[in-house]
Amino acid sequence: MAEFWTSYLWPLIIMVAQSVLLLVILLVAIAYILLADRKIWAAVQIRRGPNVVGPWGLLQSFADLLKFVLKEPTIPAAANKGVFLLAPLVTCVLALAAWAVIPVDIGWVIADINVGILYIFAISSLMVYGVIMAGWASNSKYPFLAALRSAAQMVSYEVSIGFVIITVLLCVGSLRITDIVEAQNTRFGLFGWYWLPLFPMFVVFFVSALAETNRPPFDLVEAESELVAGFMVEYGSTPYMMFMLGEYVAIATMCAMTTILFMGGWLPPIPYPPFTWVPGVVWFVGKAFFVFFMFAMVKAFVPRYRYDQLMRLGWKVFLPLSLAMVAIVAAVLQFAGLAPK
Amino acid sequence: MSELLLDYLPLVVFIAVAIAIGLALLVAPFIVAYQNPDPEKLSAYECGFNAFDDARMKFDVRFYLVAILFIIFDLEVSFLFPWAVAFGQLGPFGFWSMMLFLGVLTIGFIYEWKKGALEWD
Repeated sequence: MAEFWTSYLWPLIIMVAQSVLLLVILLVAIAYILLADRKIWAAVQIRRGPNVVGPWGLLQSFADLLKFVLKEPTIPAAANKGVFLLAPLVTCVLALAAWAVIPVDIGWVIADINVGILYIFAISSLMVYGVIMAGWASNSKYPFLAALRSAAQMVSYEVSIGFVIITVLLCVGSLRITDIVEAQNTRFGLFGWYWLPLFPMFVVFFVSALAETNRPPFDLVEAESELVAGFMVEYGSTPYMMFMLGEYVAIATMCAMTTILFMGGWLPPIPYPPFTWVPGVVWFVGKAFFVFFMFAMVKAFVPRYRYDQLMRLGWKVFLPLSLAMVAIVAAVLQFAGLAPK
Repeated sequence: MSELLLDYLPLVVFIAVAIAIGLALLVAPFIVAYQNPDPEKLSAYECGFNAFDDARMKFDVRFYLVAILFIIFDLEVSFLFPWAVAFGQLGPFGFWSMMLFLGVLTIGFIYEWKKGALEWD
């Protein structure tokens, strides 16, 4: 009994506690990222943004949560009820699941598995199911068309994200996320991170991340002027909120991924004291928020793409470019003898 | 506990906790909120018109084409993953055989482009 307690039950309790802790912190962080997004957008347009609930609007997201929970949930009569309700759950859970393998500091991770980056890639590929299920199950024209468009958009940019990850893996030689960050730990600090040697891939990854998470200027999914609210038209109450939550969690994941792959994760920009005294988690969150700030600025500045432009950019620019970069990076590593052993 | 279990059990626990939170959010309004359904409220949204057709209609074949192209390139990426991880140990033979594979795929890609499979106008 005592053996069972120490070797099975106690570790399990610790795992549950860690998971709950990370999820709660993540969800509170998402609440403030959402507020930051609205505030930045408002500031660019010289508005104030949400400022009524709490000091400077700091409690706005929690008030929104309460409002969503108290709204009447409707399920359209023609919809497939099971799939209709499953879709937001799938979107939300998959978005959250990616965070199990993201290390915010050395060793600060739920599961440091040796195929970490592959796991994130797989989970973000599955995100498209939530969209397709929602669009099909609603049995309404706008959601159906929007789901097709959005699925095509997400899979198109998935391909270039895959090639970008390959170029980073060529330089690292491991799928473990901790190894990817440690490989960027050189005495050059900031200039040893992969954003500099792989700069074109950094740009491709950033733009693909915008398209993958349906952020403006690629938010054709919910192009208000044509498709009302995309595949979410028939949703209200918390099912709708879960799509929004999934979207913002996916954005946070993409920010964390950019930080890990190109900006040295938890490493300090200058690898000497006093910068090395700051805990890694501070650098990680700071960098991830910087990437998010760029996401928000793009939303505020750039006009929406047309659908054919979007597909042209994905298939005719990013795909050949990233394919060529895979070959170039491999060739440079091969002939300069830089490949990791 | 074994090595494999220690690696992957936290992942399963994490997903289970995420599902619990998701379910709680999904079920909450059905318990808390006021519900008063009527036929107009439950009909499909179509800009104020009555829906005059089933929504599951024929759609443009290009979406299907994109899906097929995606499968080809995604498979290619999944072949590249193990190659990229083992790149340092493979030597020149590993490098050139993958370049040959990429070359063949590039020829296929050029063919698709010339055929107009990537046009959206």
